[in-house]
Amino acid sequence: MSLLAAPATDRTARLAEGLRRAVGAQRVLTDRAQLRTYECDGLTNFRVTPAIVVLAESREHVVATVRLCAGAGVPFVARGSGTGLSGGALPVADGVLIVLSRLRGMGPVDPDNARIVVEPGVINLWVSREAAPYDLAYAPDPSSQQICSIGGNVAENSGGAHCLKYGFTVNHVTGAEVVLPDGEVVHLGGTAAERPGYDLLGAFVGSEGTLGVATEVTLRLIRVPEAVQTMLVGFTSIEDAGGAVSDIIAAGILPAAIEMMDALAIEAAEAAVGCGYPAGAVAVLVIELDGPQVEVEAQFAQVERIVLRRHAFETRIAADAAERALMWKGRKSAFAAVGRISPAYFVQDGVIPRTRLPEVLGDIYRMADEVGLRVANVFHAGDGNLHPLVLFDNAVQGQAEDAEELAGAILDLCVATGGSITGEHGVGHEKRMKMGRQFTADDLDTMQLVRCAFDPDGIANPGKIFPTPRLCGERPGPRTGEHPFQAAGLGEVF
Amino acid sequence: MTATLQSRSGTAADAVGGVLPAAVVRPVTVPDVVAVLRGGGTVVPAGGRTKLSWAAPPSSCDVLLDTTGLDRVLDHTAGDLVVIAEAGVRLADLQAQLAGSGQWLALDPPEPGATLGGVLSANASGPRRLRYGTARDLLIGVTVVLADGTVAASGGKVVKNVAGYDLGKLYTGAHGTLGVVVSTTWRLHPLPAARRVVVVDLADTAAAGPLALRLARSTLTPTAVELLAGSGEPARLVVVFESIPESVRAQARSAVELLDGGAEQDELPEGFGRRPGGADDLVLRLAFAPAALPAVLAALPAGAAVTASACTGVAYAALPAGSGAAALPGLRAAIAPYDGTAAVLAAPADLADLDQWGPVGDALPLMTQVKDRFDPARRMSPGRFVGGL
Ligand SMILES: Cc1cc2nc3c(=O)[nH]c(=O)nc-3n(C[C@H](O)[C@H](O)[C@H](O)COP(=O)(O)OP(=O)(O)OC[C@H]3O[C@@H](n4cnc5c(N)ncnc54)[C@H](O)[C@@H]3O)c2cc1C
Repeated sequence: MSLLAAPATDRTARLAEGLRRAVGAQRVLTDRAQLRTYECDGLTNFRVTPAIVVLAESREHVVATVRLCAGAGVPFVARGSGTGLSGGALPVADGVLIVLSRLRGMGPVDPDNARIVVEPGVINLWVSREAAPYDLAYAPDPSSQQICSIGGNVAENSGGAHCLKYGFTVNHVTGAEVVLPDGEVVHLGGTAAERPGYDLLGAFVGSEGTLGVATEVTLRLIRVPEAVQTMLVGFTSIEDAGGAVSDIIAAGILPAAIEMMDALAIEAAEAAVGCGYPAGAVAVLVIELDGPQVEVEAQFAQVERIVLRRHAFETRIAADAAERALMWKGRKSAFAAVGRISPAYFVQDGVIPRTRLPEVLGDIYRMADEVGLRVANVFHAGDGNLHPLVLFDNAVQGQAEDAEELAGAILDLCVATGGSITGEHGVGHEKRMKMGRQFTADDLDTMQLVRCAFDPDGIANPGKIFPTPRLCGERPGPRTGEHPFQAAGLGEVF
Repeated sequence: MTATLQSRSGTAADAVGGVLPAAVVRPVTVPDVVAVLRGGGTVVPAGGRTKLSWAAPPSSCDVLLDTTGLDRVLDHTAGDLVVIAEAGVRLADLQAQLAGSGQWLALDPPEPGATLGGVLSANASGPRRLRYGTARDLLIGVTVVLADGTVAASGGKVVKNVAGYDLGKLYTGAHGTLGVVVSTTWRLHPLPAARRVVVVDLADTAAAGPLALRLARSTLTPTAVELLAGSGEPARLVVVFESIPESVRAQARSAVELLDGGAEQDELPEGFGRRPGGADDLVLRLAFAPAALPAVLAALPAGAAVTASACTGVAYAALPAGSGAAALPGLRAAIAPYDGTAAVLAAPADLADLDQWGPVGDALPLMTQVKDRFDPARRMSPGRFVGGL
């Protein structure tokens, strides 16, 4: 920024004035107390108060806000429900936070095309509810699905327990209307499954709010399967539980979900929701199969044989939807439940190749023991997506730092096995300094070419994903007169 | 330059859309690819050369970069259902190797000899896209070499991974215009144990739409639902179930009931999965809202040979060249209301100035920005893509 630029406060005041005129004063917050409500997302250990909050209620509000930000060179951050766990919606000081949770329109279900168009503030679970009368559902089911928004899901490429079989958000979004960081509106994808041109929709999904703001999203719905069966299995060792997961996959079975919880996570869930998981279990698996009745029945029997071979000491089969819901309740409430057995915790989201599960879990427990901390593990075992919850107490001197270090070391371990620092929560603010562990500088610079194409001035959610921003330089255009290949000099050139 | 790099002058057999490359190089390592790109000039990557006609002719081709020397399968961890293979590996060879572990890469484009890099870059798919999706759904990591020789990777070798932008999506269907794909990482699936096929003879193609809709709204889980309608041949709907034996038997029986008829068999019918068209035809790939199949079929000129992945909103049509070219703008306009597009996959040589892609929509300026960031000098497959990119 040039030395002559107005100080942030003047600039903020002018921008706020412009925003009030553009979207209505009642939708523009500048009062400190009100702004504080938005200072963090689901990752509460990072907090930044934004200069201005805009409560958008329409695409036009978003366009006007982004335009004014672009004109003033002020960064903006999109926010859905604020449940993100990587600080993706962490505001930028002096910047504008665009809250999308009032954009909650839902188009009619298009049952023949199995599509629905929704606004970004729509809550994930509402979509399946809306689709249910047509025997359709929206497959991605993050545990936060009762509160998280579709816009946030798109930005994070969110997953959920059933992604093992059905894929992630990116596999269920066919189109998006996006306000680019200069205020232009573009349509990426649509109703059809494909079209000529670059798959910019694919690049946008999972871009964590750094490429623009989604103002409308077209979702693909799936047919609700004929049969669903769920099994809760108790094991006396992590090795057996992990081995069972591998055996099921090796048998050519693709369950809808295979989730694992360890003893500490079970203890927490039990205390919180009384889910009645097998007493004394060192690990439980929740295994769900869905599909045509005959297929589910046959494969379910096969899964039962497999887990018994792996010394399962208790297998419980959900007799009905209510019992199924209880089995899932323990799993889906696990994060919150851990809050009951520990004053504070860090959630990690590392991914490892599934076959390394028992070994890596052993390493995690060892590392935790060494520093005298407890780690509860709740995770998507079928695709190797770990959620180690590192428990700590802020009241104990130095423990938060130790916990943070341990959480970081666990991610390093995941990368060392050929895995990833994040399977579904995103890099956000929290893990950007870890990106260099997983990617080379050239990898990151190349990714940022995408950023430069969408957002050359870097005003959309800056400071997220990448450890260092890439300067985009001037906007390139077609150049002519490049050095032509010299056919005559072939031998020398090659 | 490395000692391994082989190069020769281009011949007529190397022409891409009628454009003769000055040189053909066949790198066998990634550093070779880097060296070629650092060498300058316009570069068109090519794998099995089965789909070079799917993109427009290049505006210039100094070097044809033959990727078939990058032919190593780098890693296959069966327990993780993941494979890493170089771009020049032939899909069929990979499938043969994976079958040894009871697995496959769930992509079934019909072009024999196609390489992984080519399948990805052309975004080629086949009938089983209904169940497994397309390259974008199965690719979990990619390594590319940019025009300036930068080697960059994204994704990884785990199925679930949201760290960083997913460059794999950008390279899917990019036809070599953003750089050279050198290595690909894929999620695999178990090979199904059994198959059962239901073939329904149709009075005409118009009957296919309602039947496909019935299937889509049912709880049956076919891996493919294909409409086969050769020019002048009776149309058939082929419904494929692939799973465990008890499931495919039960589902095939239910399908016959649901569709009010059809013959069950174990084998796929002749011509299944093949794209229509001969050397003199104009061949199109049509994509549209799935339920619009009847409208799209109705919009095709008489005499078209068609196959359609009926529940997915994708169809391939072969039109007699002359009348086809004349009909193309009208066809595009007729299917536009259904989010329909028609891309040219093959055309006789005398139709070289045909609009290969048709309208692209309001994202073209953004696509241009992407191209200009990745390849500012426009050296990579110039002119082959939408908007002349
Ligand atoms: C208890 C709990 C359980 C969870 N379980 C899961 C789980 O199982 N799986 C999973 O994947 N995640 C899970 N999460 C994480 C979180 O819910 C998801 O990341 C979710 O998608 C965030 O949605 P949101 O609306 O809260 O987004 P926010 O937190 O508001 O924002 C997240 C990111 O999206 C961007 N963004 C929001 N809206 C838009 C838009 N319209 N356009 C562009 N960018 C936008 C923001 O800038 C930010 O970068 C869980 C969180 C909690 C608290």
